[in-house]
Amino acid sequence: MEHFALWLGGFLTLGIFSFLYKDNPWYKLTEAIYVGISAGYFVVVYFWDNFYSKFWVGVFPHKRLNEAGELIAGVEPDYWLIVGGVLGLLMLMRLLPKVGWISRWPLAFIVGATAGLWLINYFASFVMVQIQNTVTPLFGMDYSASLYVIVGNIVVAVGTFTGLVYFFFSKEHKGAFGSAARVGIFFLMITFGASFGYTVMSRMSLLIGRIDFLFGDWLGMIK
Amino acid sequence: MPSHPTTSRPSYLAMLSLLFTFFLLPSIVLAQAEVGQANVEGTPIVPDSEQIVVAPVTSLIAADHKYDDGEMIDLSWVPSIDDQLIDGKVIGYKVYRLEDDGEPQMITELAPSSNGYNDQSVERGKLYSYFVSTLSSNAETPSVRTAPVEPQREWLNYELLNVLIIALVLGGAVIYFIETARRGKKLFVRKIAGIEAVDEAIGRATEMGRPILFIPGILDMDDVQTLAALTILGRVARMIADYDSKIFMPVSRSLVMTAGRETIKASYQAAGRPDAYNDDMVTYITDEQFGYVAAVDGIMVRERPATVFLLGAFFAESLILAETGNSVGAIQIAGTARPAQLPFFIAACDFTLIGEELFAASAYLSGEPKQMGSLKGQDVGKAIAMAAILIGVLTVTIGDAWNVEWMQNITTVLTEIFSTK
Repeated sequence: MEHFALWLGGFLTLGIFSFLYKDNPWYKLTEAIYVGISAGYFVVVYFWDNFYSKFWVGVFPHKRLNEAGELIAGVEPDYWLIVGGVLGLLMLMRLLPKVGWISRWPLAFIVGATAGLWLINYFASFVMVQIQNTVTPLFGMDYSASLYVIVGNIVVAVGTFTGLVYFFFSKEHKGAFGSAARVGIFFLMITFGASFGYTVMSRMSLLIGRIDFLFGDWLGMIK
Repeated sequence: MPSHPTTSRPSYLAMLSLLFTFFLLPSIVLAQAEVGQANVEGTPIVPDSEQIVVAPVTSLIAADHKYDDGEMIDLSWVPSIDDQLIDGKVIGYKVYRLEDDGEPQMITELAPSSNGYNDQSVERGKLYSYFVSTLSSNAETPSVRTAPVEPQREWLNYELLNVLIIALVLGGAVIYFIETARRGKKLFVRKIAGIEAVDEAIGRATEMGRPILFIPGILDMDDVQTLAALTILGRVARMIADYDSKIFMPVSRSLVMTAGRETIKASYQAAGRPDAYNDDMVTYITDEQFGYVAAVDGIMVRERPATVFLLGAFFAESLILAETGNSVGAIQIAGTARPAQLPFFIAACDFTLIGEELFAASAYLSGEPKQMGSLKGQDVGKAIAMAAILIGVLTVTIGDAWNVEWMQNITTVLTEIFSTK
C-alpha cells in the first residue's frame, strides 16, 4: 500500500509538472483529481472543524465527569455560539431566491466586525509605530552615529515620506510633489526587487522538496 | 580463605534503622511542622543554628492591574537585602496567595532579583492578599501580608486615549468627505495608470473575440481586498455587457461566487442586457489554494483570454497565475495590497495597482460617496503622518545636535501623540 501511495504521488507530481511542456491529458487528469479531492476534503474539514468542533460541541458540550461523578468545571454550554449559528443560517438564505437578501446581514456583520477588530491593531502597528520609528535623529545623538547608521536613518526617513507622497491621491503628481512621488516609487521598486529575490529563493526550496520526493522517496536515487 | 565482608552487613543495617527512627525522623517531622506554621501565620521560621537566615522582601504591594477585564493583580516589592549577585544567600522567592482570607497557596516560584509578579489567575468578585517568602538554601522567610485586593474591570483603556483621538479625527474626516460627496461636490482623485488601461483591455478582448478572465484573489468576503475587487468587477462587467464581450470568473470561495454573480447580474441589468447574463459566468472551483491554481491555469491555456484581471488578495499563487496569463499573450491588470506578491505582478503583468491603489481604483471607478469619502479621509491621515515625520525628523535631528530645547519639546510631544505604550 505504501508503494502504491508513493507511485501515485510520483505520477501526480509529474502530471502537474507536465504543464511546463504544454496542456495535455495527463495534466487535465491530475488537475481534475486535485480539484475534486480538495473540494470534497474542504467540505469535510469545514464541517468537522467549524460546525461540529466549534458550534455543536460549544453549545452541547460533552459531559466530562470526575471520579466522584461530578461535572468538571469549564464545560458549561456557550450559548453565545447560537448567535453565530443563526448568522450562519441566515447566510444560507442565499439558496432561497425570495429571501436571499437576508444573507447580506451576516455578511455585513462579518465585514464590520472584522474591520472594527483589526482597526486599532493595524493603525497602531502600521501607522503609529512606523511614525515613531521614523522619527529618529538622522546623525545620531550628538553626531555619534556611524556612516552606515546615518545612511540607514536617511533612507528610512526619505523612503517613508516619499512613499506616503506616492500614495496620496488628492493631488496630481506634478512639480515638486511629483518628483517626491517618483522618489517614492523608486524606493518601492527597490523594495520589490529585494522581496522578489528573497521569495524566489524560498520557492526554490519548495521545488527542491518536490525533487527530493521524486528522486529520494519515490525512485530511491537519493539516499 | 579470607572471611567474606558481607557477613557483618545485617548489624550495620540495624544500627542505621535505629539512628533514623530515634533521631532523624523526629527532626524531619518537627521541621515540616515549623514550615507549615510559618506559611499559615506569615511569621518567620524559627531557625536552628545551621539554617541560613535571609531578610524578607519589603514594601510588598498588591494592586489591581489597570485597564484590564478584572483578571490580573500586580505585585511589586523590594528584594531582600541578602539578594546580592556576589555571595548572595537568596536562591529565589515563593509567592503565596490567600483567597477570601482562606488558606495560603503558593502560586509561583521566582528567581533571585525578582521584584514583581503579575497574577493572571484571579477572578472578579473575590478578595486576594499575598505574601512573598524569601528562600535561602535551607529556610524561607515570609514577608508581611498585603491588604486584600479585588480585581476590577475597566471599560476604557486611558493609556490608549491618543489612539482614540487620532481614530476620531480620521473617522471625522471620512464622515466629512462622505457628506461632502453626498451633497454632490466632486472630489478629486488623481489618475491611476492601471485604471486608465481597463477600457483598452476590454476593447482589445472584444476585437479579438476572446473572453476576459477575472480572478478576485483567494480570500473570502471578509477581506477588504476581495470587496475592492468586486467593486471594480461591477464597472468591468458593465463595460463587458456594453461591448457584448464575454467574462469568466473562477473563484475559490462560495461566498465570493454568490457575490460575484450578483455583481455581474446587476451590471448586465444596468446595461439593459439582463438576458445576456448567466450564472455560469462565475464558477466555484475549490477552496484549496493550489487546486484552484491548477484549474485556473488550465482555463487560461484552453480559453486563451485576451485580458486577465488579477485583483484581490493573492499569496504564493500570484506568480504562477501571472506567468501563465503572460504566456497566453493576455493583457494583464493586477492589483493587491499584499506587499510580498506585488513584485511578481509588477514583473509579469502589464499594469499593477500597488497596495492602496487597489482601493483607490475601487473608489474611483464606483464614484460612490462612501468610498470616495473614505479615500479622501485616509488622505487626511497620510497628510498628518507626512507632517509628523517631516517635523519630527527635523526637530529631533536639530534639537539633539545643537541641544535646542524647544525643538526637543516638540519631539517629546510628537512621541507622546504617536505612542502605543
